[in-house]
Amino acid sequence: MTTQTMSLGGAINAGLRAAMERDDRVVLMGEDIGRLGGVFRVTDALQKDFGENRVMDTPLGESGIVGTAVGLVTRGYRPVVEIQFDGFVYPAYDQLVSQVAKLHFRSAGRIRVPLVVRIPFGGGIGAVEHHSESPEAQFVMTAGLKVVSCATPHDAYWMIQEAIESDDPVIFMEPKRRYWEKGEVDTSDPGVDLWSSVVRRRGSDATLIAYGPMVRTCLDAATTAADEGIELEVIDLRSLSPLDLGPVFESVRRTGRAVVVHEAQRTLGLGAELSARISEECFYSLEAPVQRVTGYDMPYPPSRVENEFLPSVDRILDAVDTAKEF
Amino acid sequence: MTLPMTPQPGALAGEHELVQLLSPDGTRRHDPRFPDDDVEREQVEGWYRDLVLTRRIDTEAFALQRHGELGLWPPALGQEAAQVGSGRALRPQDFAFPTYRDHGVAYCRGVDPTQLLGLFRGTELGSWDPQEHRYGLPQIIIGAQTLHATGYAMGLLLDGAVGHGDPERDAATIAYLGDGATSQGDVAESFVWAASYQAPVVFFCQNNQYAISVPLERQTRVPIAQRAAGFGFEGIRVDGNDVLACHAVTRAALQKARDGGGPTLIEAVTYRMGAHTTSDDPTRYRTADETEQWKAKDPIARVRAYLEAEGATPDFFASVEAEADQLGARLREACAQLPEPDLADLFSSVHTDLPPELAAQRDDAVAWQALDERGAA
Ligand SMILES: Cc1ncc(C[n+]2csc(CCOP(=O)(O)OP(=O)(O)O)c2C)c(N)n1
Repeated sequence: MTTQTMSLGGAINAGLRAAMERDDRVVLMGEDIGRLGGVFRVTDALQKDFGENRVMDTPLGESGIVGTAVGLVTRGYRPVVEIQFDGFVYPAYDQLVSQVAKLHFRSAGRIRVPLVVRIPFGGGIGAVEHHSESPEAQFVMTAGLKVVSCATPHDAYWMIQEAIESDDPVIFMEPKRRYWEKGEVDTSDPGVDLWSSVVRRRGSDATLIAYGPMVRTCLDAATTAADEGIELEVIDLRSLSPLDLGPVFESVRRTGRAVVVHEAQRTLGLGAELSARISEECFYSLEAPVQRVTGYDMPYPPSRVENEFLPSVDRILDAVDTAKEF
Repeated sequence: MTLPMTPQPGALAGEHELVQLLSPDGTRRHDPRFPDDDVEREQVEGWYRDLVLTRRIDTEAFALQRHGELGLWPPALGQEAAQVGSGRALRPQDFAFPTYRDHGVAYCRGVDPTQLLGLFRGTELGSWDPQEHRYGLPQIIIGAQTLHATGYAMGLLLDGAVGHGDPERDAATIAYLGDGATSQGDVAESFVWAASYQAPVVFFCQNNQYAISVPLERQTRVPIAQRAAGFGFEGIRVDGNDVLACHAVTRAALQKARDGGGPTLIEAVTYRMGAHTTSDDPTRYRTADETEQWKAKDPIARVRAYLEAEGATPDFFASVEAEADQLGARLREACAQLPEPDLADLFSSVHTDLPPELAAQRDDAVAWQALDERGAA
């Protein structure tokens, strides 16, 4: 076992580096990712070390970035493109939904689309509008795309490499507010594969289900609850499409209570799908309806009130209480 | 084979025609295509004041960010002449669609400078009424506003607000954009639409040489102004640090639009003297040398030199300075007093009505606010 302490952003950088060393068909494209190293420095020093042919500072256009990546894929490359912030993915939406998601299907499997689209997402960093959004459900509901989100440096390091190795297009959602959080990375062993959910904390009273930035918040909630003698189980979904719900069902059958947590708006967020699936599979074990702690159904608000908009430890614990008192 | 490397910054500079009416040393000249004989010292003094106040808004806001009062600020430092020259060419009935950096245009449209702060303090998303000032909200999605300006211009055509030869009635729109924005699909589509409908719109591109870290030369192999020809309208390249030239060229383009002559693309060649935003570190992608060279082309110094030669008094300059100081103080004071947003109130702005489902969510937010207040007390 070889472990190193890394920040989550640094771990993605190290993962990209490892993937680029392994396969010279891996190329990076995006706005400001080369000379600057990305606005979050996630691609820091990669252009210096791999050259401008492998790490391209593109013209300013997201449809251009994703659309040309489709062409590169067709030519046998494995592009990893960066969308600078969540709110800037929409100019590329057409390419993602109509082209990236469908090319394998339309070509009856003749063309594989090993494309990774990295998107720093979510709020909590005091940013201006369009810089704090959580559009993941829009990609989850797009048949043909796979969607994952990392929550720890260890996962960041491995999941980016596995996403690059995948022959299917992967939307890689990076929890930007966790970029600077540090953790141990075992660079010799990923542990679990990309498509699996994992139990981050064992507990018997209720199951918290989250991904990306909210995993840490749920773990904090579980710590607080434990002080009051309530044991919460925390599941990190990791893969949002496809979903790996085996561990979720197993857990909810034990605890009888499920609380889904995400920053994205409530209506048709991941919580809607999870609630439906848990109700279908765990109906007789449920002691209470599945609870959802989410952003409200409004555009992301001005940052001075974002903490009221985003799920907090208190709101999560309140949902646990509601489930317990049902 | 390899892909062409990112060209060196500056590769496009200098070789192409540039309208200039006031040289960096303050010498005035005339260009028969853009007559400005009517522009007299008093008017230039007015613009000098605008330039100085714009710069003060900018440097004051920058300082407020450094003191933690703003989350972010995108400096307009160095681009004041492009913003004031074009902004002062607008008539009240014209409509401007800006980006996040166009503080000087906002000022020209009568937006109170204190209203520029809320977006960057995180207290609000848009603090003025776009219809009242005929000045849109700052656009952060690169290029999107060029389509809005074009559509507004189509509305002017549909309303018959163009081509009467009536200066009170004929109107045009102006879209502000950066050099990076010219790569966006939205911008190409706005050029197509504007040409196709001969819409009364002026595209005012402030080519400040960089899109964050990416130099102009990554976006284009020809000067931006040349792009217009391919879409079938006129493109003009102007010294963006020359307030007289920016005014004269924009005035002519707006008049052509109001007369029914269709769109124009203006490329104002300038330089972003500051960082992209307060979060940016330009030392990672450009040299101090380069920035220093542009300093010699400062948009304010040349106007001052001109006015001094024309006999403007020290009192005049002192009074502008005093006014700038007052404005700075007012901005500092207003910033701290910007009202905090209320999440509960924001639910009413999502739609024109408050559907019951959303009202229930608002009630939930209100209940949490009450709890938090109790917790805090
Ligand atoms: C659609 C979109 N993509 C990316 C960004 C991130 N971004 C913000 S400003 C900027 C550069 C813009 O450059 P330019 O158009 O030249 O204007 P400038 O900032 O230099 O005034 C980028 C890439 C964005 N705001 N919107």
